[in-house]
Amino acid sequence: MSSILTIFKKEFKSFFISPIAYVFITVYLVITGFLFFQSFFLINQADMRGYFSLLPWVFLFFVPAITMRSWAEEKKVKTLELLLSWPVSDFQVVFGKFLAAFGFLSIAILLSVTIPITISILGSPDPGPIIGGYMGALLMGAAYLSIGLWVSSYTENQIVAFILGVVVTFVFFFIGSPFVTMVAPSWLVPIMNYIGLGNHFESIERGVIDSRDILYYLSITGFFLFLNVQSLGSRKWE
Amino acid sequence: MSSTNNHFMLEVKNLNKKFGEVHAVRNLNFQIKKGEIFGFLGPNGAGKSTTMRMITCYIPPSSGSIQVDGHDTLTEGLSVRKKIGYLPENNPLYNDMKVQEYLSFVGEIRGIKGSSLKKRIDELFAICGLNKMAQRQIGKLSKGYRQRVGLAQAMMHNPDLLILDEPMSGLDPNQIIEIRHLIKSLGQEKTVIYCSHILSEVSATCNRILIINEGQIVATGTPDELTSRSSKGNRYLTRIKGDRADIEGKLSSIPGVSGVQVVNVASEWVTAEVIATQDDIGEAIFRCVVDNGLSLAELKRESASLEDVFTQLTRG
Repeated sequence: MSSILTIFKKEFKSFFISPIAYVFITVYLVITGFLFFQSFFLINQADMRGYFSLLPWVFLFFVPAITMRSWAEEKKVKTLELLLSWPVSDFQVVFGKFLAAFGFLSIAILLSVTIPITISILGSPDPGPIIGGYMGALLMGAAYLSIGLWVSSYTENQIVAFILGVVVTFVFFFIGSPFVTMVAPSWLVPIMNYIGLGNHFESIERGVIDSRDILYYLSITGFFLFLNVQSLGSRKWE
Repeated sequence: MSSTNNHFMLEVKNLNKKFGEVHAVRNLNFQIKKGEIFGFLGPNGAGKSTTMRMITCYIPPSSGSIQVDGHDTLTEGLSVRKKIGYLPENNPLYNDMKVQEYLSFVGEIRGIKGSSLKKRIDELFAICGLNKMAQRQIGKLSKGYRQRVGLAQAMMHNPDLLILDEPMSGLDPNQIIEIRHLIKSLGQEKTVIYCSHILSEVSATCNRILIINEGQIVATGTPDELTSRSSKGNRYLTRIKGDRADIEGKLSSIPGVSGVQVVNVASEWVTAEVIATQDDIGEAIFRCVVDNGLSLAELKRESASLEDVFTQLTRG
């Protein structure tokens, strides 16, 4: 447990060593804020539904940018061999890295509280759906992160890790969208609807938090972290 | 179970590693006693680093076993890694961290905390000469200082087994002497495996040396034992005044001499190399020269260096 914490602290700090972290958070806040307020005044409703509906798309690009470095850099600089010669298990390293990325994403997400504050000044929004939306965003973010992290473990090139991350999360997102399920064989549709990363966010957007959606995001996260541990262990298979 | 009265720090049995078609390590068998400084030599690509990776549990052997102080690397990886301090080849480091920050991180991962961690880091700073660099970013250090950071990392928990893969690369001669002393003093109570392809380094530091080539052991022994194996052991270099053919004939007639090679003739002085089948032929050469009334300017036994042994053994 303390090893996970040690890795978490180190990884979390390393996000903030370079200015990229601040650039990242700024760009994230500006883009989501801009896209939201563009339509906010037209719709003229004091809620954040429009904001949360952006997130599955925005995360598609922002989350792989957070995780692209995690393993790719360790592999490139060859610190992975050193890291794994210390008395830590593969799982502890994976989970520590995941928590650090999650901490970073959480900060970016939570810094957008200026938006609900602005809305409360302009009108009187219902706090329930907003709090629920934030919780949902964190859960969905965790799922995206675990995918990005897993993908990063297959390459030593950060750019490749980023692009692969975008592609793989997009596939998981796309698979459940009506655009695809419309043409899919009917017996596959329920499965694809269930797997799709975006589908579970729709009810969260509306402010409804269903335990099934929570379970879905947690199991996706768990599954990809498991795959990550396996891919780390794959060095032993040769 | 066997760890209690086991005097071997490392036991490698029938170790093999294959990467697909490439047989990187073949049937390696050796033991290292506690307190030995063990030189692990071989040309680049001989399988040194692969063997070290197996000892540090990074990759498993294809077959065979490795025991570190009685713990098997496959089944007790965590206990093995607790005993080992490792400086990998090329000394990878987290370049964006500061020296002190990095060593604290390593210490915490090793389970050292609070004031004892602080104390240990101060000790390591003193041992490795890093005091002035504590707040520097690792990526901006010179190669020599990076190497010291790597060494400090490996020694963090005062490991029973210290594995150094090419520890001297990038160091200047003064630093090499410093680190050599450090390794020797560590070797008084700890076990050190020292991988290198620079032989003079290893022969100056190690009690015992193992030479591998293409994944196989080609020789093992103390530096002296290995040196005496060389065929260059019984060569004498002489410089004698006189006629070339005459000198060649006289030298060849000495009992025990198998060959004479003239290296150089400068004015009247002939420089020749005498190859002998038996040891200690120096006196006989001297007698021969004096008895024939010739002048002798030089008579030197050519001591074979480990370099020669190494070259002979690794070139087949």
